[in-house]
Amino acid sequence: MRIRKILTLALAMMLVLGLVAGCAQSSATTTAAAGETTTAAAAETTTAAAAPAEKIKVGVIYISPKNDGGWSQAHADGFAAAVAAVGADKIDLKEIENVNDADAQQTETALNQLVADGCQIVFATSFGYMETTAKVASENPDVKFEHCSGYMSADNFANYFAQIEQPRFLAGIVAGRMTKSNTIGYVAAMQIPEVYRGINAFTLGVRSVNPDAVVKVTWTNTWFNPQLEKEAAISLIDSGADVLAQHQDSTAVQQAAQEKGVFGIGYDNPMYSEAIKDAYLTAPVFKWGAYYEQRLAAMLDSSWTTGAYWGGMNDGVVALDTMTALVPADVQTEVNALVDTMKAKGNDFVFAGPINDNTGAERVAAGSSLSADDQFAMDWFVEGVVEAK
Amino acid sequence: MRLRIAKKETAGGWRAAAIRIISVLVALLFSGLIMAAMGFDPIAAYLAIAKGSFGSARGLINTVTVAIPLLIVALGLSISFSMRFWNIGGEGQMVMGAIFATYAAHQLPETTPAVLYWVTMALAAMIGGGLYALIPGLFRAYSGTNETLFTLMLNYVAIKVAVFLRLVLWKDPAAKGFPQIKAIPEAAHLPKIFGVHIGWIIALVVTVFVAIYLKYTKRGYETRVVGESERTAHYAGINVRRVLVGGVALSGAIVGLAGFAKLSGVSHVLSESIGGGNGFSAVIVAWLAQLNAPVMILIALLFAAMEQGAMGMELALKIPVSVSDVIKGLILFSALASEFFISYHVVIEKGPRALLRQYRRSGRKELQADTPEGEDQA
Repeated sequence: MRIRKILTLALAMMLVLGLVAGCAQSSATTTAAAGETTTAAAAETTTAAAAPAEKIKVGVIYISPKNDGGWSQAHADGFAAAVAAVGADKIDLKEIENVNDADAQQTETALNQLVADGCQIVFATSFGYMETTAKVASENPDVKFEHCSGYMSADNFANYFAQIEQPRFLAGIVAGRMTKSNTIGYVAAMQIPEVYRGINAFTLGVRSVNPDAVVKVTWTNTWFNPQLEKEAAISLIDSGADVLAQHQDSTAVQQAAQEKGVFGIGYDNPMYSEAIKDAYLTAPVFKWGAYYEQRLAAMLDSSWTTGAYWGGMNDGVVALDTMTALVPADVQTEVNALVDTMKAKGNDFVFAGPINDNTGAERVAAGSSLSADDQFAMDWFVEGVVEAK
Repeated sequence: MRLRIAKKETAGGWRAAAIRIISVLVALLFSGLIMAAMGFDPIAAYLAIAKGSFGSARGLINTVTVAIPLLIVALGLSISFSMRFWNIGGEGQMVMGAIFATYAAHQLPETTPAVLYWVTMALAAMIGGGLYALIPGLFRAYSGTNETLFTLMLNYVAIKVAVFLRLVLWKDPAAKGFPQIKAIPEAAHLPKIFGVHIGWIIALVVTVFVAIYLKYTKRGYETRVVGESERTAHYAGINVRRVLVGGVALSGAIVGLAGFAKLSGVSHVLSESIGGGNGFSAVIVAWLAQLNAPVMILIALLFAAMEQGAMGMELALKIPVSVSDVIKGLILFSALASEFFISYHVVIEKGPRALLRQYRRSGRKELQADTPEGEDQA
């Protein structure tokens, strides 16, 4: 017993020593941060300028695994493509996966870790990272930050997103043509404007070709939870849906569709695989490489500035995945015929009036389109959307 | 040959310590094998974990930050555990603490001095966590309800309450349609000392309090007696119900304090994820530390280091962070196994065939049937 006590004491002592040493070290860095680090950082920049062979460190945090087949994979593939495009010898990519965006502490420690690792620019690729990223950005004015899908920004903090509503509308046409029960299920993540926009764009697409169809929405309150996503999908199928769409980051909804013998429309990333070959029709997908390439190139020639990017199909950052053979040729032709119009008119085409909400009130008058601000703050459903109980 | 499990009379200090250390090494060895099988260099991976968690000022700050709520929750739970009240509801009690603290922060006028903010929020958090733990505590004390399931289920209730507050009741109208709760005012944020928010001081104070409470106070003694045997406690004249209910409330109050520390120190915005899994990880921390408060500091730091180091590991070697979950799981598994080997030992007994062989080798004509099996070995 006594030995155990001594051991405990020794361990506790070690710990205290470690703490003291660590604190001394950290306070040293904090003091240095006041003056000396600035010069050190400046010196570093000059050497970087003098020797362009120096790699730029780029940090990324993902909400789920990089190979989730959905949201994070779309970002990871985008970075891989961008790095290949600007030169793999110029970029050192530092990635952390599985950072919970609802846990500010985890987000903050991950961002700090990337900053400590020497990243000159850090990309935070989920909505929930926004406020923590803004905070870390304000604490690290020498590092640049970019946040995907939010609305905050600062001199060293840009936000970016893509108008996925355009391919969503096209996917809606596919769903509207494929449904026999006129009930389309939609597994949705969070009750935020981004998701409302997606549901509404999809439904407007559905109703443009099939005014009798309804879109039934189930909320999961999570971006990534394959099991919950699948359960939600199955409950929608049980309530009569014969085509499923999703605003979720995994392929679970597609698997449920395959198992239950209905059709599925994916999201984020081309999701086709042998395992879902009888269900998968197409998906609105992100092509982040197009955006990341611009931003990394801007880092390399020091022309990076903050901003709020919102690209569409015309910019190549979003697209409708190649439709599979399950989609009849005439439907494919119908959808493809709209692509050029979509590229030319963008979200003005998607949200062109007249649009009524699902209580029957008019939201957009004929002849006008929903303003960008109203799209960003969308918290209502268009006609044809039903919330599953 | 036959294996028999026998209870050891005493668990020797050195032996127990050695077994525990070996168990961690075995876990690291197996994790290393798994990593090697995945094509990663395990030595480099462990070095990356150490470097990521303790190797730099930033890493250390992160590690301590992660350890703070984990430690406070473990300390709170240990009071329940020492009464054999299986409080698996740390997550919910922490969320409740944060909910009450958020409410308190928004009730105070904006001009409130910082210290008053902290004290009010801390008290509110303790009341929230304490009251929430009191529910299963009262049920257990007065109707013998199974507290394990009860506390576990209450986690989900608390989380859903937080979701409800975020989506409906406390939805911030200024957040452009995004359903989130208004951040607590700047003055309510905990300041940083040595780069870490002062939650670490709260955690150390709570450590000292719990250590003294359980070891040196009358109530702490009664708590432990109730844990040993409620009947004994009853015959000794201890009011078991009062000790149980009071202990559980205190336990929940401390866990609730962790909710305040994380809210005020790091998150600043209440969300249903404020628990961050601490309620569950802390169960492991408390048990690995054998409910010994000072040892919990070490274990909590180790767990935090593993989480933090895993990020360093992914940055340096591109090993997925989930590998650290595998390591954590293996360490827990080995730790449980080591507790088994500390309390029991395995005896190899000689079966009839071995006895027969021995008999033949010895060349004796008769088999001494009355020799107890394997006595010379035990």
